[in-house]
Amino acid sequence: MPRCTTGRAVPAQSYSVNLRMIESFLPIITLTLSVSGIALVIASVLGFPLGAWLALARVPGKRLIEALIYTGMAFPPVVVGLAVYLLLSRSGPLGWLGWLFTPRAMIVAQVVIALPMVAGLTQSAIEALDPALRLQLRALGASPAQTMWTLLAEARAGVISALIAAFGSIISEVGAVMLVGGNIAGSTRVMTTAIVLETRQGEFELALALGAVLLSLTFVINFAIMRLGQRREVAPR
Amino acid sequence: MRTQTLLRLITPALALVMTACAAATPSAPTAAPEATAGQTARQPGVLILATTTSTDDSGLLDAILPGFEAAEGVDVQVIAVGTGQALALGAAGDADVVLVHARAQEDAFVAEGSGVNRRDVMYNDFIIVGPAADPAGVKDMARAQEALAQIASAGAPFASRGDKSGTHSKELGLWKAAALTPVSGENGYVELGQGMGETLIYANESGAYTLTDRATWLASQSNLPDLAVMVGGASIDANPDTGLYNPYGVIAVNPDKFPHVNADLAERFIAWITSAEVQAEIGGFGIDQYGQALFFASATTP
Repeated sequence: MPRCTTGRAVPAQSYSVNLRMIESFLPIITLTLSVSGIALVIASVLGFPLGAWLALARVPGKRLIEALIYTGMAFPPVVVGLAVYLLLSRSGPLGWLGWLFTPRAMIVAQVVIALPMVAGLTQSAIEALDPALRLQLRALGASPAQTMWTLLAEARAGVISALIAAFGSIISEVGAVMLVGGNIAGSTRVMTTAIVLETRQGEFELALALGAVLLSLTFVINFAIMRLGQRREVAPR
Repeated sequence: MRTQTLLRLITPALALVMTACAAATPSAPTAAPEATAGQTARQPGVLILATTTSTDDSGLLDAILPGFEAAEGVDVQVIAVGTGQALALGAAGDADVVLVHARAQEDAFVAEGSGVNRRDVMYNDFIIVGPAADPAGVKDMARAQEALAQIASAGAPFASRGDKSGTHSKELGLWKAAALTPVSGENGYVELGQGMGETLIYANESGAYTLTDRATWLASQSNLPDLAVMVGGASIDANPDTGLYNPYGVIAVNPDKFPHVNADLAERFIAWITSAEVQAEIGGFGIDQYGQALFFASATTP
């Protein structure tokens, strides 16, 4: 009885996306990269020393801090977003900053998400090194800071994976940035929240195109971070 | 030693949290793709209803759907999204029936052959809410479009849904009637691209005006201490601007276009939700909780 014109029930859709469409995403792409980039830098500045310290220090309660860091790595980002939201809300303790619904709030949330990853993975990378190296450095009279930098450089491959893992998780995160950024057009809309919005509107082609751009960007950036590690490896040890 | 025992306590709890997260995350998005399964007919006992967030968030569907499920011995799966996506789900054959509120988009949906048998179901109304201090001085204005014009000329903040939802369509219509075309990021106007609940929270935080449906406002009012009704009055009877009425329609997805949809059940659903009995139930929903009805029955016999 029902007239079936084509084999497939779903209407034929062209997934062609023109350049102009991508061009309109440019501000969104720029914001995505700067928010996640700044968050990654801050998380590294804090996370490398923390991870190195955890690998080297012998202090009571260290295992507890480790357990907390591993918990942080498994923490649902949207819960991080909720905590940052409550912190920055007008009725919250840091409400006077006026950071809620600005890119700054998004950076704060992404730092909290990335920090445990950078610290935890840096720690395991350094712990995997030959313990003799540490003793040798100490015997040669290296200061704690010198020891830390030498070990970080030595554990380069692991440290690079820490960076890639952390960057991957924050650039692809949606729940937290939606909550604390507000997905405001032209101000706090990033690629993941734009994808959610386009999907909600039934604009599946646009959403798919944005997803493809996000994926390609992440690929290029990961490749660049990897090259960064390799190039140093060629340098004299 | 002490930390060791602590770790032993923490680890299983941690594992539990992690598995719970792993289990919870993928389950949400599967709801829609599962329905895409395509060609083969769906399970006979399942009706997929694509609807707007307001019918679900207000608790209406939870209150009335069990009656249909029990009477028919079926399972109704609700996909609550914006009107735009609800109609897109229908237009792709991923739902059996849609319950939405954007008349122009609904008519286009039927005209393009994606839907059949559109029926009025109910209506509620839109209101303009804003900061209690009312910097633009629009409180108790009689017409929404004039209030918007005044908000714009005062340069006061206005939060737009910006998500092509029924509420967003209505808001754009009001700006058009006021002969204004606001741009996100200019003159206090921001497009959020989020749901009604999130937009109200944003307005409460940022001291912005916004357009909302009354049902969502009544349901979330207790969490919005800094907002007050500006245009629309305390109840739908007190709304001076009848242009703010918000009609909901139900449409079956066209079985001629998508042979796999559960057309019989969709027809029975439409007959059920427009029946006198269920219409009375809809009209009475929310009175005990909010002191006023959230939706008003409007189905007529075809």
